[in-house]
Order: sequence, then C-alpha cells, then structure tokens
Amino acid sequence: MLIQINTPVPKDIPLDLPLPEWLLVILLIVSFLLHIIFVNLMIGGSIVTLWAQIKGLKNKDYDTFAHEIAKTITVNKSLAVVLGVAPLLSINVLYTIYFYSANALTGFAWIMIIPLVTTAFLLTYLHKYSWSNLENNKSIHIAIMAIAVAIFLFIPLIFLTNVNLMMFPEKWGTVQGFLSALILPNVFPRYFEFLGACVAVTGIFIVWYNNRKPYPIEEIYTSFSRYDIKKIGYSIATIGLSLQILFGIVVLLTLPTKGISYSVIGAMTLAGILLAIALWFSYKSLVSEQEKIDLHFNKILLSITVFMVVYGGSRQIYRHNSLEKHQKLVAAHTKEFQKLSAEARENPVEESSELEIDPSFGDVARGAAIFKQNCAACHKQNEKLVGPPMTEMVSIYANNIEGLKQWIKAPGKKRPDYPQMPSFSQLSDEDRYEIAKYILSINK
Amino acid sequence: MDFPMFHLDWLNDRFLIAMIAILHVFINHGLAVGFIPYITWLEQKGVTDAGKNQITDLDWDNLVYKKMKIAFIITTTIGAMTGVGIWFSVALVSPASLGSLIRVFYFAWFTEWLVFVTEVVLILIYFLTWNNSNKSLKAKTRHIRFGWYLSIFSWFTMAIIVAILGFMMDPGNWNNNHTFFNGFTNPIYLPQLLFRTPTAMLVAGVFGMLLTTIFAPKGSEMRAKAIRYAGKWILASTPLVIIGAVYYWNVMPSAMKVNMATAVGSMEFSQYYQLLKYFIVGTASLSIVLGVFAFFKPKKINFAYVILPCLFVFGFLGIFERVREFIRKPYVIGNYMYSNLLRKEDYPLYKKNGILPYMTYTSVTEITEENKIIAGRDIFINTCSRCHTASPEGVNSITYVFERMYGIGKPLDENSMASYIPNMHNGRTFMPPFPGNKKELGALVAYIKQLQQTGGSLEGVQTTGVKINPLNSAVSVSKKIEETTKENEKLLTQK
Repeated sequence: MLIQINTPVPKDIPLDLPLPEWLLVILLIVSFLLHIIFVNLMIGGSIVTLWAQIKGLKNKDYDTFAHEIAKTITVNKSLAVVLGVAPLLSINVLYTIYFYSANALTGFAWIMIIPLVTTAFLLTYLHKYSWSNLENNKSIHIAIMAIAVAIFLFIPLIFLTNVNLMMFPEKWGTVQGFLSALILPNVFPRYFEFLGACVAVTGIFIVWYNNRKPYPIEEIYTSFSRYDIKKIGYSIATIGLSLQILFGIVVLLTLPTKGISYSVIGAMTLAGILLAIALWFSYKSLVSEQEKIDLHFNKILLSITVFMVVYGGSRQIYRHNSLEKHQKLVAAHTKEFQKLSAEARENPVEESSELEIDPSFGDVARGAAIFKQNCAACHKQNEKLVGPPMTEMVSIYANNIEGLKQWIKAPGKKRPDYPQMPSFSQLSDEDRYEIAKYILSINK
Repeated sequence: MDFPMFHLDWLNDRFLIAMIAILHVFINHGLAVGFIPYITWLEQKGVTDAGKNQITDLDWDNLVYKKMKIAFIITTTIGAMTGVGIWFSVALVSPASLGSLIRVFYFAWFTEWLVFVTEVVLILIYFLTWNNSNKSLKAKTRHIRFGWYLSIFSWFTMAIIVAILGFMMDPGNWNNNHTFFNGFTNPIYLPQLLFRTPTAMLVAGVFGMLLTTIFAPKGSEMRAKAIRYAGKWILASTPLVIIGAVYYWNVMPSAMKVNMATAVGSMEFSQYYQLLKYFIVGTASLSIVLGVFAFFKPKKINFAYVILPCLFVFGFLGIFERVREFIRKPYVIGNYMYSNLLRKEDYPLYKKNGILPYMTYTSVTEITEENKIIAGRDIFINTCSRCHTASPEGVNSITYVFERMYGIGKPLDENSMASYIPNMHNGRTFMPPFPGNKKELGALVAYIKQLQQTGGSLEGVQTTGVKINPLNSAVSVSKKIEETTKENEKLLTQK
C-alpha cells in the first residue's frame, strides 16, 4: 500500500487505438522477433568477427573467416534497424505512457543510442572496407572492430533498462537517470541471456551460410573445409545456447513477483525446454562425423524459432500482468479527466480578460479597458517600459487619430533601440479606434 | 503534464530535434530520393554510351559506383540512424504530440515501414550486386531496373511522411472528424510534395557534381562528360523546383491562418517569409548559372565552383524546414495541441482550477509563500520548457526573452511580467496562451525573477527524476474513482 502513494497515474492520450489491442500485440511480438533476429546476427556477428580475427593472427584461414562474417554484419545491421521501426511503432501506440516515461527518465542514455549506434555502424564499414589497406596494421584494424563490439555490447543495456523500467510505474518516482534504472532487478540477467542468444543465433547462421551450395568455400579458404567451418558454427551455437539456458534460469529466479503467473512460469519453462532440445542437437552435430553433421540442423532451427515465439509470448504475458491494474487506473483517470474537461468547456469561468470597464474614464472608459488588456504590458503613461510612453505617442499623433489607429494595426519599426511592436490586426477597427482615442485623451 | 519532462537547459529541447531532423532531411532528399534516380540514370548512360562489344564503359561505371558507395554508406548509417533519431528525440521532448500523431497515423507509418523495408532490401541488392552485374548485359539491365525500382520506393517513403508533416501544420478537416483519411489529405500535402520532389533532385544533382569533382581524374573526358550530365540534371530540375517552391510558398500563409488567431500573423513570420522569397530566387538563379556553366564549360568546373552552390541548395532546403516549423506555432498539431503539449480543449478546465492539480509530476498542489518558487519551476517545466530554457545562458532562455523586452541587464519586474503573460498570445501570436490561474502566474513570474537574480538552471527528469503529485498517485486516483462510481450508483437508484 505504501508504495502506491509513490505510483503516478498519468492520463493517457485521449484518442482511440488505431487497431484492436490484441492485433497490436500480435504485430508487436511478430515484428519484434524479426527485428531481434537481425540484432542478434549483428551483435553476435561482430563478436565472432573480433574473436576470429584475433585467432587469425596465427592462422590465416581464421582471418578470412572473420572477413566473410564481417561482410554479413553490414547487411544484417541495415535490416536490424529498419525492422526495428515496426515494433517501435507498436510499443509506442500500445504503451504510450509507459514507454515514453521510461525514455524520458533515462533520457541521456536513450538519445545517446543514436550517435553511438551511428558510430558503431560507420566503424563496421571502415573495418570491412579497410581489410586490405590495413593488412600490415592488424592491431589498428582489430581495434576498430573492438570499439564497434564495445558499443554493440553497451546498447542493449539501454534498451533493456527502458523496457524493464516501463513495467514498474511504482519505481518511476525513485529512479534518477539511467544508472539507477539500470540496477533495477532483472536487467542484467536478461542482458546476459540476450548475449547468449546473439551468439547462439549467429552460430546457427554460420552453419547455414556456409552450407549454401553456390558458396565457394574451396576458393575462399586455403585449408578450411566446409565441414570445418560448420563445426565452428556448431561450437559457437553450443556455447550460446548454454549461456542462454544458464542465464534464462537466473532471469526466471530474479523475476519481480508483480507480473508472475502460472502462464508466465509455464511459458518460460517451455521456452527453456525448447532451448535444451536445441542445445542437445547442436552438441550432437558438433561431435558427429562429417557425413552426419547436417542431420539435426532443421530440428535446431525449428526449436529455436518456436523458442523465440514462446519466450516472446511469455514476456508479453508478464508485461500484461505487471501493467494490467495500472492500465485500468490510467483508463479510469483519463475518462474522469475527459469528463471534467468537457464540463469546464461547457461552463467556462468568467474570463478575467472580460473588459473591466472603469466608469471614471468617462467616454474613453472602453478604450482604457482595451488598452489595459492589450497594451499596458508594454506601455506606461510617463516612462519607457518595452515601448515608448503614452506621452510620446500623444506628441506624435496629437491631431492624427487615424494615423495612430493605422499604426496599431500595422506597426513598423522606427526606433533602433526598441523591439518592433507586434501587429494588433486581430482587434476590430472600432476597438483600435477606442484605444487611440484613449491614448490621445490622457493629457486632457 | 502526463509525461516526465526531459529537458536540456542549455541546448534547448527543440534544437536537439532540429539538429537530428535537418541532417536526416539532407541525407534523405539529397542522397536517397533525388540521388538514386540520378545514379541509375548515369549507370544507364554508361551502357547506352558504351561501344557495341562492351557491356558498359567500365571506367565510367566505376565512377558512378564510387558515388553510389558514398551515398550507400551515408544513408545506411547516418541517414538510417537520424531517421530513428527523430523518433527518439521527439519521444523525449514532445511525447504527447508524438503519441497523438501515432494514434492518428498508425497506418501511414506502418505502410511507410513496409515501403521502407523494401527500400532497404533494394538498396542492399542494388549496391552489393553492382560489380557482379557487370558480367553480362542481361545482368546489367536487370541491375539498372533495380535502380529504378529503388528510386520509386525511396520516393514513396517521402510521399508518405510528408502527409504527417503537412498534418501538423494544418490538419484540415481532421479537427471535425478524427479519421485517418481526413488527416492524410490535409491541405499542405500536395504543395509540400511538389516542392520536395524536384528539390531532392536538384540537391542530388549538385551533390553528385561535387562528388564527380572529387573522384574523376582532372582533365579527363569522362569528368567533363559527368559534369555535363550533372548540369543537364540540374537544369531539368530547377524549373520544377521554382514551380513547387512558389506553390508551397503561396499556401504557407493559409496554413498560418489556421494556426494563428490573427490573419496576417506575426512579424517573425513575415521576416521568414520574405527571406524565403530571396532564397527561392537565389537558389534558382545560382542553380541555373551552375547548370549552364557545367553544360557549356564542363572542363572549367572544379570542387571550388561546386561547393558553394552545394551548401546553398542544402541551405535552401533547410530554411524551408525552419519556416515549416515556425508556421506550426502556437500549435504543435494545428488547432488541437499547443506547442506546450497541452490540448486546446483542456484549457477551460485549467483556467477554472489551475494547472497544478492536473500535473502528474509536481510536489506542490497548493501554492504558499514558501513553496512559490518550486511551484513556479514545476509550472515552467510543464508549460514553457519545450521551447524556452531556464538558465540565462541557454538558447532562447526565458530571462533573455523578457530582458529583450524590458531592457538587457535590467532587473525584471514581477508585476510587469504578470500583466504581460496572460495577454502575450494576443500580441505574439506564435505563443500559446498561458494555461494557469492567477496564483500560478504569480509563482511563475517569481521563479523567472529568481532565475535572473541567481542565474539558476533547470535539470530535466533524466537527471533529477520525478516527484509524484499526491493528487495523482495510485492511492488518490483509485479513491476518487471509487467515490464517483458510488455516486453514480446512488444517482441510478434514486432514479
């Protein structure tokens, strides 16, 4: 109960969702999975490239292998970015209040994603296109990739911090900036599980990529055979899958209680079993003989794909559970505010901008009132405020009320040391006449 | 109001968006929408101009490829990421407006995404298969065809997003009927599209000529030919630019009318508006001179001749974007949401009860002498900070705009400011009306006065976090809702 005092209940955007909620949820999950596969390949590919290139200092074939993987990163990264737009759009519309609040609360880190990722992308191009130019400066060449990898490893933390923070409005009042949101429970276990996925997916990709018949392995490598490279792929996948299972268990154990339900636990356990199946077949492929190495590939692919759907689904159920109550409060609050707003629109308060006529001004009372409302903020009777004093106007326009009226309608710029006066063309001709009449009356 | 307020107190929040957005527009128009057809055209010229026993003129093809490589690297890194960056920065600075726009334009953005995915796949195919396609005439022809497909798709991405930009200036009939179609067919849509399409071609032609002066060997026939082609390209697009720009320029005041209370608008607008006229004339003449010169004396053209027009056409595009931004004021979504992110329809409620009770994040709900300054700060961040900074050193700082009126360096007078603010939207029509009540106005001017005295600054929630308004906490809101339901039930039983 105590914590609820510190839970804000903002109002939602009072416009209808463009599609039924369930459809938006499906679009979110499907498009997010597509996006994350290419993100996995981009990050996992960069890590593998870096590792292989370092190994390549001793064995030239590893350097070639690194180059081949590097060529895929720049393609995968373009797809990762463009495929990210749809889930971003869907999460924006489904969880407007939650997502934007988390973004703002971690604002610096959030906006730093843009220059950091741009830099990492440029570095991957530099790395790819300078392979032969930096042939004799391997340490510089490897360092370029190392910086890109470091950036790629940091960015997921910002995203995970945001999608985590958005689920806990009760924490919004306690976080101060990115770092304090980063250390909320469950961010790091999810991060390491994600890195495992990057490595695993990249391993499977390497097996597929090198298994394509038209891909001329013999022309590219001196000693590596197709079998050798596929074995590298399976080892990478096996390591990745093991990491995923290990940290997956940590994720489950550190999951904050708020959104847990039997269906979440059930789905996550099923996801874990699917990973274990993939791991088992990946390991079997790794230790199999040459002719049997392709035997289990489709099983691995299938179990990983189903895993992604199930795990993605479990995250969605968890998010739904965590926010359900709060979303109801938000909806009710929004409705109530809408009602109040409509009532106030129908019965507006007497605007203080209603003219306050002071009868003591006699026949210029109306002009005086309009002047007070529109002009007094800048003009005083005897001294300069923003514009010149009224006495000066009288000396210029003493017998020229039409001229003064015209000036109020379309002022020019006369004095270099004064700001130009804005036009008062929104007033009626009569009102401008009244103002002019009042101004010219002050000395009488 | 409902969102924690991210704030940059020196750079100014708008500037963050502007910086990212303008870079994106330059790259999108100059290196994609206009550039791809230009490159494809040149690639095709290589094939048609080649000897009978050649697929293409390989040196020429290589020059075109190099230009494309630059565009490819820039568009898929800075171009793509600034596109995402517009989203990210607007989500931070202007969440309520982006949230509303997405609810209206979800389908447009979703379609945009599909087109965008196609565009990226096509650009990957187009660029990465370039060298392989040189092996046979059939492959080369197919490659060129891909270039044209890519051109069409990159134009489509622009054609969709322009609808949203036009909507923000003048939503047309949408304010009466909130449908997607009414939003999409807004009055500024066509003029903007007719302006942007040839302008993208022009920028691409000038930028392409600039790249030619870098990559093609000096004095070579190939260089002269490439520059002459760029000259033709520029000469062909310039008349269309003039027509598009003049058309767009002519409808601008009508967009202005929708947004501003006054018909003729403010002096800032007329200044910009005049400036645009000079830019249209200047850019058109400069482009024609460059095009004619390149056509007749291509060998004379070098980097130094092209860089100035190149900067000028980018500037031309930039100044139009600046005016477009300005015209929207005082709204961020015409006649619906003010630039302070408050909806016009909620103003009567704020006038009645004040704005503080409805703010999700503030520690003050009842203004007293003691908490006046803090209340002023919270009001400032919710109603002024999207456009003004608090620190006197910041861009468009609140103390500077008042000092500019009352005298630079002079102590600000709380009474003068308090009588000015409630009426400012009359004189300065680009300002939204102040939404709060008298007490809140007093707190705000006290805060501004203190800012001037102490030179303080205002940190956004990204560093300070948020304080939750006790009136809008889960406890109070659920209590209030329970009470209303009970009352409603009572009313029902009474009936």
